[in-house]
Amino acid sequence: MAKTIVQEFTKGLWEEIPPFRLVLGLCPTLAVTKTVENGIGMGLATTFVLVCSNVLVSLLRKVIPAKVRIACFIIIIATFVTVVELLMQAFTYPLFLKLGIFIPLIVVNCIVLGRSEAFAYKRGIIPSFADGLGIGIGFTLALAALGAVREAFGSGTLTIWEKPITLFGPSFEPFTFMVEAPGAFVCLGLMLCLMNLVGNK
Amino acid sequence: MRELIKMVVVLTVLSSFSGGLLAAIRNSTMERIEYQQLTFVKGPAIRAILEGCSNDPIVDRFKIAYDDAENSFFVGVFNGEANTVAFESVGGGFGGDIGVMVGVDLKEDKIVGVGVTTHSETPGVGSKAKSDPTFVNQFKDQPLTGTFQVKTDGGQIDAISGATVTSRGVALAMTQAAKVYEALKPQIAEQLKGFTK
Repeated sequence: MAKTIVQEFTKGLWEEIPPFRLVLGLCPTLAVTKTVENGIGMGLATTFVLVCSNVLVSLLRKVIPAKVRIACFIIIIATFVTVVELLMQAFTYPLFLKLGIFIPLIVVNCIVLGRSEAFAYKRGIIPSFADGLGIGIGFTLALAALGAVREAFGSGTLTIWEKPITLFGPSFEPFTFMVEAPGAFVCLGLMLCLMNLVGNK
Repeated sequence: MRELIKMVVVLTVLSSFSGGLLAAIRNSTMERIEYQQLTFVKGPAIRAILEGCSNDPIVDRFKIAYDDAENSFFVGVFNGEANTVAFESVGGGFGGDIGVMVGVDLKEDKIVGVGVTTHSETPGVGSKAKSDPTFVNQFKDQPLTGTFQVKTDGGQIDAISGATVTSRGVALAMTQAAKVYEALKPQIAEQLKGFTK
């Protein structure tokens, strides 16, 4: 069953939303979602890489020999990741400091390689673009949601554009467990559970 | 055989394109990245030292080589006259090198301000060199010349209690700064002429 372009785009937002449905790309998902801002920054960086690499892989799919396709994908992805890293250093340096090592690690993010291998290598440019954008925005939304929950309970604030907004009164005791790594797992599990509950109806 | 050649050619072409693109982007962003790093790592200390200046000291900077190292000088313009520079100096502390930003008024050879930029001293003890301005403010208004020493070594500076080694590191950095300043003063003065507006 062939999907329309719109369907290719929207599937990334719900049906195949990466960290929840595909359960891929957990390393950045768990590590950087301490605040909403970090989650969004990481998501947008990944989206950029995803869209660019999908388009380029799809464009070159007739040229790339099947036996070395993974190597070619890695070169393409690594190039765009380095571009993102340089641009972030140049324009959003504080965010770059916070995300640190996780920016170069987008190279080994399974989502990006997975979309190149499973989708863009077999499809045309426009569906690949829609797929990359959909999955990327889905990933961004997921990271932002996870970051919002963790930040709200873990530190009682929501950070948007470097301005933390305090949510609760002064008597609020931060539930610091949520900003630690185990809190990320628990939170992710609960959100998966919630999504399945809603999705099964 | 043809397949093999194709694989090699595709990979080579792809890699060279990637290399070329990255080199181009690196070249075009290098200046901005340096500016950003200066703003966020050394910027706070520079701005505190050159407080009240009418220009952006991170934009108005120049480099002079001394002892195989490039020193960056940040210019402060006061009352329309570029007469103050800030530059960084390094001294060995308790946990590693301490970076100290020194601001100096060229007319009177006087220190206008001192601030610690980077350090790896013990939090709460040696880190006071950065967080508590009373220590570094001792250097203020003193002439930037000769050697600086803490009182236990027979000098003029009160050490931070419990952090003599850190204080010594800062004093060492100041001594080094004085040495650099004395050696480079004519060149600095020459460069500053270009910044007076």
